[in-house]
Amino acid sequence: MNKVLMSGNFIICEAAIRAGCRFYGGYPITPQNELTEYMAEHMRKAEGGIFIQSESEIAAINMIAGASAAGLRAMTSSSSPGISLKQEGISSMAACELPGVVVNIMRGGPGLGNIRPSQGDYFQATRGGGHGDYRTIVLAPATCQELADLTMAAFDLADKYRNPVMILADGMMGQMMEPVTFKKPKPRIYNKKFMLQGAGTGKSKFIHGLILDPIDMEEHNWKLARKYEVISKKEPRHEEYNINNAKMIIVAYGTAARIAKGAIKRLQNNGMNIGLFRPVTLWPFPEQQLRSLSAKVKNYLVFEMSTGQMLEDVRLALQGYADIRFHGRPGGAVPTPAELANVIARVYERTVK
Amino acid sequence: MAKIVYQRPKSLKEAIFHYCPGCGHSIVHRIIAEVIDELGIRGITIGVPPAGCAVLAYNYFDVDMIEAPHGRGPAMASAIKRSLPDRVVFSYQGDGDLAAIGIAESFHAANRGENITIIFINNAVYGMTGGQMAPTTMLEQKTTTSPLGRNNKLDGYPVKVSEIFSQLQGVTYLERCMVNSPANVNKTKKAIKKAFQCQINGHGFSLIEILSPCPTNWKMNAVNSCKWIDEVMSKVFPPGVFKDNIPVTAKTAEVAK
Repeated sequence: MNKVLMSGNFIICEAAIRAGCRFYGGYPITPQNELTEYMAEHMRKAEGGIFIQSESEIAAINMIAGASAAGLRAMTSSSSPGISLKQEGISSMAACELPGVVVNIMRGGPGLGNIRPSQGDYFQATRGGGHGDYRTIVLAPATCQELADLTMAAFDLADKYRNPVMILADGMMGQMMEPVTFKKPKPRIYNKKFMLQGAGTGKSKFIHGLILDPIDMEEHNWKLARKYEVISKKEPRHEEYNINNAKMIIVAYGTAARIAKGAIKRLQNNGMNIGLFRPVTLWPFPEQQLRSLSAKVKNYLVFEMSTGQMLEDVRLALQGYADIRFHGRPGGAVPTPAELANVIARVYERTVK
Repeated sequence: MAKIVYQRPKSLKEAIFHYCPGCGHSIVHRIIAEVIDELGIRGITIGVPPAGCAVLAYNYFDVDMIEAPHGRGPAMASAIKRSLPDRVVFSYQGDGDLAAIGIAESFHAANRGENITIIFINNAVYGMTGGQMAPTTMLEQKTTTSPLGRNNKLDGYPVKVSEIFSQLQGVTYLERCMVNSPANVNKTKKAIKKAFQCQINGHGFSLIEILSPCPTNWKMNAVNSCKWIDEVMSKVFPPGVFKDNIPVTAKTAEVAK
């Protein structure tokens, strides 16, 4: 497969269509409009592909639920305020165990905020986001190649666990252009018995999240919890960079991790040994993997484009075994690698030496 | 051998309705099931029940069903129908579900001309939650959230769904019926059958609004509830065919069969 130069939002679409996504519903919101526009053009060209510009984010997520129940691979996308609206549907899909992919190209918040890249939706994404006791799998790409690979993986994971999967990127990732190679997608594995296609001559079935009996509802909650436990054991993904001989480790994801990598390279030339731990799955958070590093490295700096959300997961993972500092740029401000390098150098001087 | 003239429709499960005595839901459930039987579409029908009294409709209909969050039925039904165009997809909704929280989903599914059928139960009240004011509550009607009667200055006016939706170009068939007498039940059944047939023939969006009694929340007995539909409700919501854009050629073809 040849390398092509594409921007992030387009890459997600192209990967989704190649992965067999045949339903897209979405509503315009910046900075992810290219995604909806690409789908409008290309989804309807794909065999059996359905595109609906929905009347709202809420309608879009419920369309995804419907198409998913009918047996199609389905996706919707939005940006932060729109994702808040989708939470009702995401909770409902988790309850009904319907697979589906939701893309969040994060922007500055809270409220309408602005349209600059941000990472303020970490809590919402990793803690379920909607009401009730559930989780969504959250993937955080940091390169355009990863946007393609993780989009394909998102569909596989959604089917495997019959659960919504979120791709959590930001305006920077969505607008960025990089060369990308689309890999061959894996064939879909999804049991027809989970699809709702009419009873035929057999027994009718119903898909529902309403379970009025509290004992039955409790059992359903525990059933979901067992599923989430399996996901937590099997699916954490992360990247380590420059970990050997590192005296300090930066923990960052997505765009923030890219900036951190640039900063680390600069500081290497100044003789500072700094590593990067980049969670690729934000839920499940790779906590065991991070904890095992604390046997060797005792100094950590969490960097996020927020006021500190993943920071809590890092604290939980490290359980007091290490010193944890934080640096954040919320609200759509994106630091340069040089700026971050200065911050890291200061923390390094104070803690490591 | 005696000829069977009346029996439980095959598309209705052997379950006892949880609906209150005198409620219109059970009548409408039954006639939908009869229509599904008569059209022979049980195996290809997918229903979308709402949040509201009919939330447990999947306990009664013996067809594939998927629950929609409150008001979102038409969005879900649109996607199911587009994904499986040869299935018969209907959304079953109450007045709060369709005309309040789900007005956008309903309006736009109609406007897109989705080839689905909406069965809309208008009983002028939120039934399941205990009788609060609905978008279709009559002026002066007392409910738990309009204890002195619906006041147009403070609470607005009853929403006339059929009148509004008939203005949308995407709508093919739209009729308002009542289930307060045997004759009206028969009329309603014919309307539902016509709507399903409209969908089967690929003619597009159909909606049947049904004025339906809710004795419990109207604080009336069943007989007076039926009278109230005639004397009060149907004056604000007159029954009739509001739109019939089913192509004439298709209609004659039906007759020829």
